[in-house]
Amino acid sequence: MTTYRFAVNVLPRDGILDPQGRAVEQSLDHLDVAGVAGVRVGRRVELTVEAPDENTARATVERLARDLFSNPLIEQATVETLGGAAPTTRVAAAR
Amino acid sequence: MSVRIGVVVFPGSNRDGDTLHALRLAGAEPARLWHESASLDGVAAIVLPGGFAFGDYLRAGAIARFSPVMRAVSAFAAEGGLVLGICNGFQVLTEAGLVPGALTRNRGLRFVAREVAIVPERLDSPFTRQIDDRRPLRVPVAHGEGCWFADPETVDALERDGQVLFRYAHDDGTVAAGEEDRANPNGSVRAVAGVSNARGNVAGLMPHPEAAVEALLGSDDGLAIIRSLVESTRERVAGRAAVAAAAR
Repeated sequence: MTTYRFAVNVLPRDGILDPQGRAVEQSLDHLDVAGVAGVRVGRRVELTVEAPDENTARATVERLARDLFSNPLIEQATVETLGGAAPTTRVAAAR
Repeated sequence: MSVRIGVVVFPGSNRDGDTLHALRLAGAEPARLWHESASLDGVAAIVLPGGFAFGDYLRAGAIARFSPVMRAVSAFAAEGGLVLGICNGFQVLTEAGLVPGALTRNRGLRFVAREVAIVPERLDSPFTRQIDDRRPLRVPVAHGEGCWFADPETVDALERDGQVLFRYAHDDGTVAAGEEDRANPNGSVRAVAGVSNARGNVAGLMPHPEAAVEALLGSDDGLAIIRSLVESTRERVAGRAAVAAAAR
């Protein structure tokens, strides 16, 4: 088994009102920042998955991204492989 | 005849005590159901109360939805059992896909805690039948993520199929005009405050009927919703008993 590290990025779906993003955008005036638009606020989940291969690990993460980390009705999720954490092989403990 | 109605308790539920009290006032015999229980302990109906189940982490209701008790609640609902979700309980029901739509952050960003007026869309549902609709119901809301959302085609279908149960309204009973109307506390699409599933046996609403059950609390309008649930449950239990007796 190998461990893989992923990140799931969740953002409000396009066209869905994002009150947080709007509030952040409105605050930019107070920072004297101009020319910034399209602020969207979401969440990021990072996780390590142990699986025989990357595709299997990714399938698990995609399922979690769809069923738990996001609500597809209002959010969109993307799965990212984290390169920083080099896969390390581990021997499964005998049962 | 007293009917047993279960009130599900998740870590972070905080309206269970008041829900038990309201159910007792309405003549039911309420019982708490722990979220780790895979059994519903033979209750005849279920209420998911308000609160902040699992701290509302990820999204309100997102983690609670996968509790063992929710598998039992889903099976109970699939058999036609009556399930009512209030506030956080409504959020759990939407996350579980048991009622349509999703609840997102209030349009105005603020946590809203105040009394609002709501009007029922129909009086023939198990959750509204005891309502006197000559004036709007005064019930409190207390939520940060109560903005109900569904895409326009879905809302059209829900309206056509009678699945919108409650809308936010002005004091005179006029339904809030839309998302920006001041009578709409959270910006819900078409001022929807409560919906049911297609079959009509599972419903959720953001306002707290259980917090408006005695004049001392400022309003007892919520009791009509709780009574509707209790009476509907009583009828169903009596109906099943009659069928069982006839079969003997």
